[in-house]
Amino acid sequence: MSGAGNREQVFPTRMTLGLMKSKLKGAQQGHSLLKRKSEALTKRFRDITKRIDDAKRKMGRVMETAAFSLAEVTYATGSNINYQVQESVKQPRFKVRARQENVSGVYLPQFEIDINESINDFKMTGLGRGGQQVQKCKNVYTKAVETLIELASLQTAFIILDEVIKVTNRRVNAIEHVVIPRTENTIAYINSELDELDREEFYRLKKVQEKKIQKAEIEDAEIRAKMQQQKLNGDSKKLHETGNGNSNGNGAKENAEGENLLDNQDNDDVIF
Amino acid sequence: MTSEANKNRTLIAVIGDEDTVTGMLLAGIGSISSELNKEKNFIIIDSKSQDEDIEKAFELYTETRDDIAVLLINQHIAERIRFKVDTFTKAFPAVLEIPSKDHPYDPEKDSILRRVRRLFGE
Repeated sequence: MSGAGNREQVFPTRMTLGLMKSKLKGAQQGHSLLKRKSEALTKRFRDITKRIDDAKRKMGRVMETAAFSLAEVTYATGSNINYQVQESVKQPRFKVRARQENVSGVYLPQFEIDINESINDFKMTGLGRGGQQVQKCKNVYTKAVETLIELASLQTAFIILDEVIKVTNRRVNAIEHVVIPRTENTIAYINSELDELDREEFYRLKKVQEKKIQKAEIEDAEIRAKMQQQKLNGDSKKLHETGNGNSNGNGAKENAEGENLLDNQDNDDVIF
Repeated sequence: MTSEANKNRTLIAVIGDEDTVTGMLLAGIGSISSELNKEKNFIIIDSKSQDEDIEKAFELYTETRDDIAVLLINQHIAERIRFKVDTFTKAFPAVLEIPSKDHPYDPEKDSILRRVRRLFGE
């Protein structure tokens, strides 16, 4: 069962054998290519994880600075600007664009910062007091968000790469452990089946030859027996019709015919 | 591929405490619209907010809306809906845990960093 279970259900012919051989070659080539792809992705992946680690630590520092800057604003303006800021928001000034980067056939998104300088929702914020601090705070937070976006790109790339590496490895393993052995088994099966057919054919031919030889021998014997009979008959005729001169000629003619028949039989016998 | 759909993702959303949200708004990420489900791309969570509200906001920004590219969430808030953040594995939008004023950043709790650690077998 195990031998039959692990091969494809094909009809064992020379053509299928050719097909299987080309399939095996293709699978091997695909395997080596996928393996290389997986290696390239893993290299990239390690690089990204390292950068994520660094960027996360950097983010901690940047956000600290930003929070401090906001505290400065609160101090300078003397009042809480949170409410004012939340109410005056209308349109986003800070947007991102997704650009794609191709790493061995995998599209990794990369966020690009897209700042529209013409939009300013906070013209009135800090008008009375602390305008400078508000401006500074805005710049600090813009920088912070830039860092965050960079980190987000890395993180997205990380997630996608993780997924793709898993899929690629799964395919590499599937080819290595399923497709290639299966095809090899099929090829072995077809080969054994073809050999079996060859042996059968050879045996059949041998058997046919044997039969033909036997038949020829029997026929030979029969003809020989017939000739013997005819000779005997001829002799007895000779004895009965002693005066007839034609009888001798007839007998010779019959003899010649008998020889002709034998010759023909000999010609037929040549079979291989 | 999904790349075409991701072209529309241009906004940055925030789930955070008051100071974080204010700071992000000052940087200019805020967007107000009259469309359904797209009224605001930021939400302020304080000690009075329920966990359900956070979950709802998280779902809104990650699943319902298709114009968010990056979701920033304060780490101490992410901690409150940790199972949701951890089960979110899609690439878009990118969920980023950020520190807040009162809660310094702890790399041990970050879902992505935890994944990184697991991959390197630590």
